Amino acid sequence: MARLLEHINVPGIETFDVYRKHGGYKSVEKALKTMTPDEVTEEVKKSGLRGRGGAGFPAGMKWSFLDRKSDKPRYLVCNADESEPGTFKDRYLMEKIPHVLIEGMITSSYALGAKTSYIYVRGEYMYIIRILEKAIQEAHANGFLGKNILGTDYSLELYVQPGGGAYICGEETALLESLEGKRGNPRLKPPFPAVAGLYASPTVVNNVETISAVCSIVNESGDEYAKIGIGKSTGTKLISASGHINKPGVYEIDLGLPVEEFIYSDKYCGGIWKGRKLKAVVAGGSSVPILPADLILKTAKGEPRLMSYESLSDGGFATGTMLGSGGFIVMDETACIVRNLWTFTRFYHHESCGQCSPCREGTGWMEKVLHRIEHGHGHMDDIDLLVDVAKKIEGNTICPLGDAAAWPVASAIRHFREEFEYHVRYPEKVKNPKHFELEPFRSEKVLATV
Amino acid sequence: MAKVTIDGIEVEVADGTTILNAARQIGGEVVPPAMCYYSSLKDTGGKCRVCLVKVTQGSAKDPRPMPKLVASCRTPVMDGMVVQNITSPEVLEARKGVVEFLLINHPLDCPICDQAGECDLQNLAYEHGAGKTRYEEERRTFEKVDIGDKIKLHMTRCILCYRCTFVADQLTNERVHGVLHRGDASEISTYIEKAVENDFSGNMIDVCPVGALTDKTFRFKSRVWFTKPLDAHRNCTKCSGKVVLWTKGDDVLRVSARKDEFGEVKEYICNECRYDHKNMGDWTIEGPRHIDKNSVISQNHYEKIDMQKLKLDIERQIQFQKGKQLPETNQSPA
Amino acid sequence: MSEQKINQVQFSAETMELVQRIIKRYPEGKQKSALLPVLHLAQAEFDGWLSAPVMDYVASILSIKPIEVYEVASFYSMYNLEPVGKCLIEVCQTGPCWLRGSDDIVDHLEKKLNIKVGETTADGMFTLKTVECLGSCGTAPMLQCGSDYYENLTTEKVDTLIEKLRGSDQRSTYMKSNMQEI
Repeated sequence: MARLLEHINVPGIETFDVYRKHGGYKSVEKALKTMTPDEVTEEVKKSGLRGRGGAGFPAGMKWSFLDRKSDKPRYLVCNADESEPGTFKDRYLMEKIPHVLIEGMITSSYALGAKTSYIYVRGEYMYIIRILEKAIQEAHANGFLGKNILGTDYSLELYVQPGGGAYICGEETALLESLEGKRGNPRLKPPFPAVAGLYASPTVVNNVETISAVCSIVNESGDEYAKIGIGKSTGTKLISASGHINKPGVYEIDLGLPVEEFIYSDKYCGGIWKGRKLKAVVAGGSSVPILPADLILKTAKGEPRLMSYESLSDGGFATGTMLGSGGFIVMDETACIVRNLWTFTRFYHHESCGQCSPCREGTGWMEKVLHRIEHGHGHMDDIDLLVDVAKKIEGNTICPLGDAAAWPVASAIRHFREEFEYHVRYPEKVKNPKHFELEPFRSEKVLATV
Repeated sequence: MAKVTIDGIEVEVADGTTILNAARQIGGEVVPPAMCYYSSLKDTGGKCRVCLVKVTQGSAKDPRPMPKLVASCRTPVMDGMVVQNITSPEVLEARKGVVEFLLINHPLDCPICDQAGECDLQNLAYEHGAGKTRYEEERRTFEKVDIGDKIKLHMTRCILCYRCTFVADQLTNERVHGVLHRGDASEISTYIEKAVENDFSGNMIDVCPVGALTDKTFRFKSRVWFTKPLDAHRNCTKCSGKVVLWTKGDDVLRVSARKDEFGEVKEYICNECRYDHKNMGDWTIEGPRHIDKNSVISQNHYEKIDMQKLKLDIERQIQFQKGKQLPETNQSPA
Repeated sequence: MSEQKINQVQFSAETMELVQRIIKRYPEGKQKSALLPVLHLAQAEFDGWLSAPVMDYVASILSIKPIEVYEVASFYSMYNLEPVGKCLIEVCQTGPCWLRGSDDIVDHLEKKLNIKVGETTADGMFTLKTVECLGSCGTAPMLQCGSDYYENLTTEKVDTLIEKLRGSDQRSTYMKSNMQEI
C-alpha cells in the first residue's frame, strides 16, 4: 500500500515528470479508462476513509449524499484553508508533492461528475498557490486536465482560489460563501452542500489529505486501504507535530500507532526537548480537549492510548479527546496551561465571524477573563464563570466554531484547575510571562514519570 | 400538512412551516422569542439564537431527537415532530445564556434611549435575563453616525440582527450600508459617509429590535409611553398609507408602520408618510392603536379599558400562578 | 494614495488582463467570485492597502455594489484598510508558536525597529504586526513578510532578515508574481 509521503524525499518529486515516473496519475488512468464514477465512489466507501480535516466524517458516505439527480452542475471543492492552530500537514503535502492533490482532484471530480473544481487555499499560503498553479499547468500540458482527458469524454477544469485570511473559511459552508466572493459567514443548514452548495449546486467539500488519499484507494482498491489502521480508523494519517518536542514536523502514521511511541520514538517526535518531562498534549488541533500526560499516554481504563479516532476519544470528554485534524501540540513541564489557553481563546475571538451571538460575544468574554487570570488580575469566581460561558456557547451556535472555542476552555479547567487557582492565588508570581519556565508548576497529578 | 406538538400542544401546519411559525399559530407562551428573524424579510433568522428549542422527536418517520438545540425560526417542521420550548429547562438555560451574551456589550442607557418601552431586548431581558451582570470587562463602543438625514445609527446598541441590511436589499433599490469587519468588531456601517437615500429606507427603523436605528425626527421628543398611538391612514401613491401616529395632544411626534402581535411590520410604509406628514389633518384617524396590555405604553391608559377582559386576565393570572390549566382566554390578540 | 479619486485608480494593462482571466474561472454571472483574488491584486498594485477609491474601482470592474466590496475587504484579515510599510512583518503568536518563543521574537523586533506592534517605522519601511496561526507550527517561531514565510526564527536570524529586507518593497509580492506565471 502506497503512503502519501512515500516518495517525499525523491528529488524533483514536485514536478510532473518525476511524480509520473514514480507511479503518479495512475489512478486517473485507471478510473477514467476502466471504472464508472459510481465504482470509484464504491471503492472510497469500502476504504472506510474518514474526512481528514477534523470532523472525521466517512468520505464515501459524504460522496454518496451528493444530489446526482439535479440538473445543475456539480462541484468538488478542496478545502485547503488549513488554519487550525497546530495543523500544517496540508501545507507540507501541497508544497512537497503538489501532484498528489491534483491527481486526487481529477479522480475524485470524475467520481462525482464535476466539470469544474476548485482548490480553496488560505491566502497566507501564497507560495503554495504558486506551486499548485504550476502543477495544474503541467497536468494540463500532459493531457490530465482540460478537454477529453486521456482521450476519454471526461473533461475537467481545475482552479486555485486564494482565501483572504479567515479561519472560519475552513468550515465548509463559510468556504463556499467565500468562494462566491462573500464574507465567510457559515450558512444555516439544511440545505447541506451536497444538495445546495457552491452557486446553490450540489457540491462536495473535502480536505486536501482526504482527496489525496483517493489516489491509493483507486490504485490498490478500497479493501487494500482498509487493511491499514485499526477498526474504523482505516488508512494512514498525516500528523502535524509541534511544541516542546525534539523533532517537530509532519509524520505519516498508520492509524493505531501508540501515542507513547509517537511522542518518544526517534522515528517521530523524538521525545520531549531539553530533557524535560511531558506535561500535556493537545492531540488534534487547538479545538480538541487538552489532556494531561497520564491521560494522553493511557486511557482512564489504563490501556495504552492509540493514535486513532476511537482510542483518542475513549472516555468521552471526561478523560478523552479527539483525533481532529491531527495537529499534535506537545507541552513540557514549563508550559503554562493558562497562557497557552489564552492564546487559543484569543485566536477564536479573532476568528469568530460574528454572525451569531453566543460565539461573537462569548469568545471575546472568555478571552478577556483569561487575559486577566494569566496576568494576575483574576478572581476565584472567574474559573467557574469560564466554565459556564463555555457551556453556554457550546452547541448553541450556527457552526462548530463555538464548540471549538468552548472545548479547550472546558478541558483545560477540567484537567488543570489547580493551575488556574495558582494564578489567582499568586498574582505576583505569574506577572512574568515566563513564570513556569523559571519555576515549573508542580503537581503530582499532571507530571508523567515517563 | 404536518402535525407538530409544541410544549404538549398539537397544531397542524402547512409543510415547510418553521417551528417558530407553527408556535405562532398556537400563540401565547409557547411562542419562542425572535430578535433577528423577520417573517416578511427573506433569509433573516438563525443568528441571534434566542429562539432555540429542543426537538425531542424529529418526525413520525424518524423519531430520533435532534442532537442539539435548533433555531426554531429556520428549522422546518416534520410530520410528527415533537418540540419543547418553555417546558425544557435546557432551552430556558440556553436562552438565558444568549440573553446574557446580547447584554454584555449592550449599553445600559435605556433611560435615554428612544427605543425604551418598545424594545425587544428590554422585554427579552425582563423575561430571561439575570438581575445582575457577571461581565466586568470594558464594553464595546462605537461613534454614533447619521445614515442619511433622518436616521441615527447608534452602533453601540446594535445586536447585529442584520434585519436592516435585508430591508435595504429587499425593499430599496440599492443597499449602501452593510456589516463591516468581523466577530465582535462587526458593525453596521456605510464605510464612507454616504447617505441612505431611498423611499423605503425608513423601514430600517421599524425593523430594528433595539435602539440602534432611530428616527431623527422623533429623537428625544418624548418617551414613547407618554404618547398616544393612533391607527391612521392617508391616500398614498407609494405605499398602503396605513400607519400608526404617535401623538401628544394634537401634535404628531412620530409616524411608524403598524406592527403585529409579534412585533413585525406587515405593510411597510414610505418615507413620505413617515417623515413628511406630521399634521393630524393629513390623516384619517381610525382610533386608538391596540397595544399589548403588558407594554408600558398601555400603562398610559389611552385606550378605554375593557373591564370584563381585565377581570378575565387577572383571573387567568391567578390560576396560572396556582399552576392550573390555562383557560381559553390565553390567546394572543389577533 | 488616500487623496486618490476613483477615476485615478487604474490597474495596469497586464493586471487587467489577468483580472479578466480570473473572472473566466467562474460560471457566467458569478464574477463576484473573483472578488478575493482581485482584492489581493489591487492591494499588491496599489501600495499594499485598499483605500475606498480602490475598493470602489474593484466594485466597478466586477459590476457589484461598493458595499459588497467593503463588507468583504473588512472581513478578511489579509486586506489592509490603512497604509502599511514597505515590509509588513507579521509574527505568528498563537499557542504552538508561543510555546517555542514567539514572544521573544516580537520583543526583539519591537526593540530593533523601535516601534510597538501595530506601528510603522518613521521612514515607512517596516510595519510590525502580530497575527494568529499561519500554519507553520512545526517550524515555530515564524513570521511572514510579503508572500514568504521565515521559519525556525532566532533573534540572530531576525537581525539578518531585517537587514536583508531593508530597502526592499514586499508589498507587491502577493499574488502578482504568481499569477503572471499562469
